Amino acid sequence: MAVTLTPAPVPVHRPVRDRHHRGVSRWVVLVLVTVGALVMLVPFAFMLLNAFKSPGDYSSGGPLSWPTEFYTKGLRTYWTEVNFPLKLWNSALIAGSVAVLGVVVSLLNAYALGIGRVRGRLWIVGLFLLANMLPQEALIYPLYYVAKEVGLYNTRLAVIIIFTVIQSAFGTYLLASVLGTFPRSLLEAAALDGAGKWTVLWRVVFPNLRPTLAVLLIFFFIWTWNEFLIPLVMLIDNQTQTIPVALASLQGDRLMDAPTTNAGALISLVPAILFFLIFQRTLARGITAGAEK
Amino acid sequence: MAVSETVAATSPTATTPTPRKPRRAPRGRNAAYWLYLLPGAVLFVLVIGAPLVGTVYLSLTKWSGIGDPTFVGFDNYQRLLHDDVFWASFRNTVAMIVAMVVVPTVLGLLLASVLFDVIGRRFKPRTAAALRAAFYLPQVLPVVVAGIVWGWILRPDGAFNSLLDAVGLGALRHDWLGDPGTALPAVMAVMIWVQIGYPVVVFMAALQRVDPELYEAAEVDGANWLHRFRAITLPQIRPETFVVALTCTIAALKVFGPIFALTRGGPENATNVPSYFAYYTFFKKLQVGYGSAISTVLTLIIVVVAVVFIWMQARSERRNRGF
Repeated sequence: MAVTLTPAPVPVHRPVRDRHHRGVSRWVVLVLVTVGALVMLVPFAFMLLNAFKSPGDYSSGGPLSWPTEFYTKGLRTYWTEVNFPLKLWNSALIAGSVAVLGVVVSLLNAYALGIGRVRGRLWIVGLFLLANMLPQEALIYPLYYVAKEVGLYNTRLAVIIIFTVIQSAFGTYLLASVLGTFPRSLLEAAALDGAGKWTVLWRVVFPNLRPTLAVLLIFFFIWTWNEFLIPLVMLIDNQTQTIPVALASLQGDRLMDAPTTNAGALISLVPAILFFLIFQRTLARGITAGAEK
Repeated sequence: MAVSETVAATSPTATTPTPRKPRRAPRGRNAAYWLYLLPGAVLFVLVIGAPLVGTVYLSLTKWSGIGDPTFVGFDNYQRLLHDDVFWASFRNTVAMIVAMVVVPTVLGLLLASVLFDVIGRRFKPRTAAALRAAFYLPQVLPVVVAGIVWGWILRPDGAFNSLLDAVGLGALRHDWLGDPGTALPAVMAVMIWVQIGYPVVVFMAALQRVDPELYEAAEVDGANWLHRFRAITLPQIRPETFVVALTCTIAALKVFGPIFALTRGGPENATNVPSYFAYYTFFKKLQVGYGSAISTVLTLIIVVVAVVFIWMQARSERRNRGF
């Protein structure tokens, strides 16, 4: 938003040659950056080119050849073999539940820390921040063992609970600092009207925080969607696995010839790219809102 | 994971907690707020606190995951000191820091500055936004899926070797991930590709809050792009640079998914990293005590790195304010 559209001021005293020179160099810069951007996209092009190629085509023409037919069997094989709709549902259920629950827990924590200013809150916030940085390896074995003991192993619920806590560690840290600057006058006005803490939270704080919470919700969703280690350890069968785990556990399988690998990767990436396109504007807005706070 | 920190980075309130502690409210009134912390605190203890303590305890035992762990004191740590794989995994972490922190931060600064300062202003802002999206795209994908695509591209019969053939460099054909000599550089290249979009997006957002008049004034004074980059861009976005360096370093220390998808730590541990080493020790070798020791050391390193970073940032902020 801050990008100025006004043409750059042309200083009078500048020698003409210099302006000329700059006129050329800006095109050089544009070309260089564009080439860089295209290099970034090359893997996607490779994937698209090979996802719709028959195995025969692939073995005779190699990875760079143009497919002789629009071959969709790789895609269909992958779709049915891994029961892709179920994987999609598992991923959506886990990421969606974590996003909602994570935001609720973050909000409750941050209400106590940022507005309630309970004693020792700086230490508590620091603890949450540190928890967010922990390697998941430091938690995984006890979680795995206890999940087995209490019958939560290989359930989506186990993964939902774990990520609700991990994501809300970050959410608590972020929201607590945002709420630390929440206008006291609003709270006091509500208190004068006789509103209790619960009412203040949902009638005053929540509506004011809604844009930040929306961004947090989207982040939690996407991060959880993309998580790997904990789902890999916790979810071991076809009924419960998420999209990335399903693809990774088929790696090296006889089923996965090059076209099927690419087709599988392609449909695994589509949801993520869709979120990116759908949420891009919300995210950009949220980030700017944060910056102007 | 990346975008998250953007919010923290661009919201000044996130990095500067209020130093004052207003104690106006009587304690009794605030005590009721503890109730709101209760569910979060219980969950936190169950899912993070207790398992962390459990891992530290298990690191002092010998255990296969069945029956009771045997307490062995610091044996596992002693074993770590003499384990070549452990040292190799930490050497590879340094390579991951180069690929995920150093290169993306430097390239990201250059790219963000060029996209914002040259392309965004000399061409249409939409051009800059489209280019930014291309660099950012890998960041939104499940990194394991991206790793699997790259694993295929870099295979002996994969797309990269075909590309070399096509441009007449067929002599360079290679089993990039299968040769201990090239596996690590190949993984590093993939990680740069994965990571680069994050600093670009954060730095471009940061540049938006820099007063455009600074740049215009500098330009009127005849400062070229490099002058502006050093005198305005770098100092103005120093806080974001800290946040990016910290979060990327932590991510590099924790990297797991791409290694799992690309090489499983091989060949001959050439690309093994602590988190994969710990996973393998836990679940493939069933040496829970030893795996816990690796995880504990990794956790300690991450905590130390984070504390040092935050301390350096606080010091640099204080110094800047002094001027």
